[in-house]
Amino acid sequence: MMRAITTARDTDAATPAGGADVPAVMPLPGLARPQRRLLAALAGVLLLGLLAGLATGTQGLSPLALWADLHSEQAGLVIGQIRAPRTLGAVLAGGLLGLAGALAQGVFRNPLADPYLLGSAAGAALGVVLVLAGAAFAGAQISLATVAWLERAGLTGAAFIGAVTGVAMTLLLARGALHTLRLLLAGVVVTVLLGAVSDLVTVASPDALRGKQAFLLGSTGYLDWPALGLLTGGLAAALGLALRRARVLDALTLGEDSAASLGLDVPRERLALVLLMAAATALAVSQAGLVAFVGLVAPHLVRRHAPGTHCWLLAASAAMGAALLLVADVLARALIAPQELPVGVVTAVVGGVYLFALLRRRGLGPA
Amino acid sequence: MTAPVDSAGTVAPELGTHELSVRLGGRRVLDRVSTRFTPGWTAIVGPNGAGKSTLLRTLAGLLTPDGGHVELQAPGRVAQPLRSLRPGARSRHIAWLAQQGDTSGELTVRETVALGRIAHLGLLGAPGPADVAAVARAMAQTECEAWAGRPLSALSGGERQRVLLARVLATEAPVLLLDEPTTHLDAPHQVALARLFRELACTHTVVTVLHDLPVALHADRLLLLRDGRVQAAGAPSLPAVQQAVMDAFGGAVHIRCASDGTPRVELALDVAGPGTRPSTARHARSH
Repeated sequence: MMRAITTARDTDAATPAGGADVPAVMPLPGLARPQRRLLAALAGVLLLGLLAGLATGTQGLSPLALWADLHSEQAGLVIGQIRAPRTLGAVLAGGLLGLAGALAQGVFRNPLADPYLLGSAAGAALGVVLVLAGAAFAGAQISLATVAWLERAGLTGAAFIGAVTGVAMTLLLARGALHTLRLLLAGVVVTVLLGAVSDLVTVASPDALRGKQAFLLGSTGYLDWPALGLLTGGLAAALGLALRRARVLDALTLGEDSAASLGLDVPRERLALVLLMAAATALAVSQAGLVAFVGLVAPHLVRRHAPGTHCWLLAASAAMGAALLLVADVLARALIAPQELPVGVVTAVVGGVYLFALLRRRGLGPA
Repeated sequence: MTAPVDSAGTVAPELGTHELSVRLGGRRVLDRVSTRFTPGWTAIVGPNGAGKSTLLRTLAGLLTPDGGHVELQAPGRVAQPLRSLRPGARSRHIAWLAQQGDTSGELTVRETVALGRIAHLGLLGAPGPADVAAVARAMAQTECEAWAGRPLSALSGGERQRVLLARVLATEAPVLLLDEPTTHLDAPHQVALARLFRELACTHTVVTVLHDLPVALHADRLLLLRDGRVQAAGAPSLPAVQQAVMDAFGGAVHIRCASDGTPRVELALDVAGPGTRPSTARHARSH
């Protein structure tokens, strides 16, 4: 599909001699030049970022330290069990957030939509707070090690369940995914309500506050190999399912009635897309916390530099989200080594500055 | 009028409405409309708020009527209620053009027109030669090949309208429902479009909502709606139909037959005169 439709961009009247400049060997047939360029740039950033991620440790980003690490007895532990999983995890979680952002902006037909809009963030936060408060309460009776294990295993599960529950409540309140405005309002209501419950629990159990804070700021620190397996499977499944529905998002750019007149069951398709977005967001959030702005900015950057059909937008936004979170993670670990910044703070600052610059320069319209 | 036949020898389906009533926001917009849309070109005309777009949307299956029903009758087959068709099957018979192009404009012209093929491809199918040919033909019919690679956001309102019309033509549906297709178009393209409708009328059931009475008078049949009811229906050359149209617009237009018998329309441009008053009064009442 992408092939046949996007080749249209190659034969743009603006290209001299109607496509005579198509290179003899096209590395990626079907992609227009800006798209190929963006893909190459993303591949470069991802490769460098992965290397930097493996090299960044307590001494910041330092090749010398990496050399020493590689020859130390703990090389396997430090690089194989700590740096590699969190670096790769940043890529996968970023990919999920980028994809969820592209889905949100496509479904709501709004360049300012982000994957947290429908209550997933507040739901995940509440789930985490409940587990932390429960663990703190139970800590009086059972051993500390058990509590630590419970916290670790329970947090990701609770965040996932919380995020999905938040979106489910929003969908129930909005009575389906048909009306954008109703859906967004329901999302606001659910966010406020769940946020209030979270606050109530943290007041009752102050111990939960610190854990909640760490979670809200986002971190790749908890990622291990089993989590990577989960993220890889999730990203592959979400990307596959999203690409199957790329044509629906394309049709929705014409308006919902026109999409319906093309024979699409719009309410059902929208519900499927919203559920997919919720699942992708919940998985990313449960593993990496509430990383801000990646889901909002990634699709934006793709559309601005290489617009295309949603088949392209979804895949490229996932790659862009991966690159963004990877770079942010390396920065978060390197900037004040041996200490770390929460990665969500880095993405928020970088994303905020980007949006601010965008607003000042050209306004926020599409490309 | 002989039934138009396409090259394959098949006649386009008819759409019929039976006692069709639609309420929107508590207001009765269509009131027991019973009519048939036969192969050829029908222009729905009438003052603002008469229910023209609502009728078209109901015919397209986008609105569920509160009373009555729409049926699709393919030649030589039993009429099927529109409701009984699945959306995919419906869209292979009926294509609809929105009154206001509501596109975010990120797709290119060709990508937009290609969306018309969804009913044929489904969500996963790759476009074949027939799809590519249909897209190219539709773009040629509305003269928008020159901008094939440009994003819609880079086009003017009239250019965009032609692209969206091409999207509808690319569906190759035998029934075309077009809501004000001439909006934003300059005079030469309005004429070109009227010619295109005449051409399409030979093989399709074309229904257009039109505010452009001069264009509408070239249709095979006028359907005059007022306050949700059918006021008159028939060939534009019928004096009774002309009189009903003039009455409905409160004397703001005059329709006269030229020496060769073709009807011509004139706006009563005496802006300050009494001719425009009844129109304003009626307009206010219909809201």
